[in-house]
Amino acid sequence: MKLLKLLALSTVFGLTAAAANAATLDDVKAKGFVQCGVSQGLIGFSNPDESNNWTGLDVDFCKAVAAAVLGDATKVKYSPLSAKERFTALQSGAIDVLSRNSTWTMSRDTTLGLSFAGVTYYDGQGFMVPTKLGVKSALELNGASVCTQTGTTTELNLADYFKANKMEYKIVAFEKNEEVLKAYQEGRCDVFTTDQSGLYAEVLKFANPADHMVLPEIISKEPLGPVVRQGDAAWFNVVKWTYYATLNAEELGVTSKNVDEMKASANPEIQRLLSVKVKNPDGTDADNDFGKGLGLGPDWAYNIVKQVGNYGEIFERNLAQLKIARGKNALWNAGGLQYAPPIR
Amino acid sequence: MTDISQQPKSVPPPAAASGESWFYNPKIRGYASQIIVVLLLLWGLSEIIGNTQANLKKLNQNFGFDFLTQAAGFDLSTSLIEYSSNSTYGRAIVAGLLNTILVAVLGIIFATIIGFVVGVMRLSKNRVVAGAATLYIELIRNIPLLLQIFMWYALVLKPLPGVKDAYSFFGSIFLSKKGIVMPHPNFGSGAWIGLLFLIVALIGTWLFRKRARKRQDETGKITPVWLISIPIIILSPFVGLALAGWPLHFDYPELKGFNFTSGMTIVPEMAALLIALIVYSATFIAETVRSGIQAVSHGQSEASSALGLSRGMALRLVIIPQAMRVIIPPLASQYLNLTKNSSLAIAVGFPDLMYAGGTVNNQSGKAIEVVFILMVVYLSLSLLTAAFMNWFNSRMKMVER
Repeated sequence: MKLLKLLALSTVFGLTAAAANAATLDDVKAKGFVQCGVSQGLIGFSNPDESNNWTGLDVDFCKAVAAAVLGDATKVKYSPLSAKERFTALQSGAIDVLSRNSTWTMSRDTTLGLSFAGVTYYDGQGFMVPTKLGVKSALELNGASVCTQTGTTTELNLADYFKANKMEYKIVAFEKNEEVLKAYQEGRCDVFTTDQSGLYAEVLKFANPADHMVLPEIISKEPLGPVVRQGDAAWFNVVKWTYYATLNAEELGVTSKNVDEMKASANPEIQRLLSVKVKNPDGTDADNDFGKGLGLGPDWAYNIVKQVGNYGEIFERNLAQLKIARGKNALWNAGGLQYAPPIR
Repeated sequence: MTDISQQPKSVPPPAAASGESWFYNPKIRGYASQIIVVLLLLWGLSEIIGNTQANLKKLNQNFGFDFLTQAAGFDLSTSLIEYSSNSTYGRAIVAGLLNTILVAVLGIIFATIIGFVVGVMRLSKNRVVAGAATLYIELIRNIPLLLQIFMWYALVLKPLPGVKDAYSFFGSIFLSKKGIVMPHPNFGSGAWIGLLFLIVALIGTWLFRKRARKRQDETGKITPVWLISIPIIILSPFVGLALAGWPLHFDYPELKGFNFTSGMTIVPEMAALLIALIVYSATFIAETVRSGIQAVSHGQSEASSALGLSRGMALRLVIIPQAMRVIIPPLASQYLNLTKNSSLAIAVGFPDLMYAGGTVNNQSGKAIEVVFILMVVYLSLSLLTAAFMNWFNSRMKMVER
């Protein structure tokens, strides 16, 4: 009898495990929260405080997904992941979405069985050195020891950059970011390299931020964005359009503060964003619901903007403290690269 | 009194009974349960494999090892073989494996030496010596190894100067935060003569020892074999090299810009890992040695002193050879532990097998394949160590007559 029970149980679990993989959207709705993969602590992107409240651009994106799907931005559970663990965690289904300053590359897109849903932050790799080293350019770094994190594109760009410029270097790589920082501050290496936003974020943690400087060179393109499993189109659409909704909201001037007033706006684009019902000439209501196509309620974008904010608000809230300018991350109509397809 | 031969009449044998169902036949039940277990096992296995395949397919991935020939693109801080970011993933894993073997072999050698010394110290009649050994063992073996690796790494790095103010020894060995840099020996043609001399000296020592033993058996006279042969073994390769016209030169480290160029470097990560592994494993080996020595009955040492052997000689000739029988099996598992513990290298960024495998996994996305390779390699390493120790054990076994 026991054996039979065991057999039945394992069959059921085997089946549910397979099913969970297929439809993440249904799965998230059923369990009532979004399991979001984040970093182990990077100011501005995903960083926990003493009471384990997470903040950052990547964290706000997780919240936006929860707001769109569940109508409640607080329904997020965070999984802090090292650079090495992150893709395996997503592949295995341990997390629903990876929002962890991860660079979109061709091999990650084509061989990992994952899909990048957009670029929430355009970044590039830079170098930081102690000011007393007297180095003014990355091209003066021949022979230097460079600290970085294993399992990152940083590690690969580093090798490429020194090879391309016919320079030698010695790598000192660790699995955890905090170990990289400790080694750099301890003087184990001369240079610390990561995405430039990361350099600005980390220097704030140093005892004497003024003793370190970021070199002018940016040696790579690092488009950072959220990642989902391949072959789950419904969930991919939800994540992708959550990002686009924050951009469209900013473009249309819809903010968390004025979103309720905006519901009365006569602008058809805003009406479509917020799923405002419009009047037919005969006085009946006409639906304007674009959430349906995503398998979400009509308030999906309203909830994102109301509870989390538009892209500009998210950027200001998290990255202004690092003194990072909008730069390439400004909207397309303000000279940046952030561009969303229209909602229609 | 009952007659046993009469019993079958009253109680019929279970198998012979026609009224009994096969269901209650213990023999059939035994076979059936075994078959069911095997079938379940096979079913479980096929389920796991099938599920993995289905899920991989869903993710648009296929299982295979051809990624091993792709360019890795990342560098390793230290490697025993020629390795650069242009090398393949496969070579990265091999470089990691060699680093693991290097650490394991060095760790085993030094941990054994320290372990034996401390184990004997703990049995010393001198209170201070025994107390120091006990303190060391109890302190170190009760602190998690990972913590100790971090501690040693901090201890190795903190007090050392930067590369520009490196401590210099004889102007050719330099110690700094970037590691120990030593002259790198380069052997030219004809260097094999030095090696030849060394081999001849080793064979000579072996023959000499054999003769000395025979002489001791016949006349009772003891020849100081090691006192004579060790200097010869050490000197012989140099004599050979001198005869060949000294085909050996050293690349001396030179400070150029940020780092020393040329020369051999031992990175601080490796130093910290090795020290931690040795210090930690030595405590367990010391306890193994102590228990082995204590397992030899006290009568043996009394008998030795009755024969007029000094305490040192008694230990060396009577006690330890017998203790070895008790020591070797647990010693083997300590060696296996040390090898496996070396995978904690990842914590301080020493590129061992685990580190290289993890990075390959992350850069190529071939999680299942890489984990499979790592498991097979660690398993083979452990089995090889165990096989060697079993061979050694059978050699040291007491020959029973």
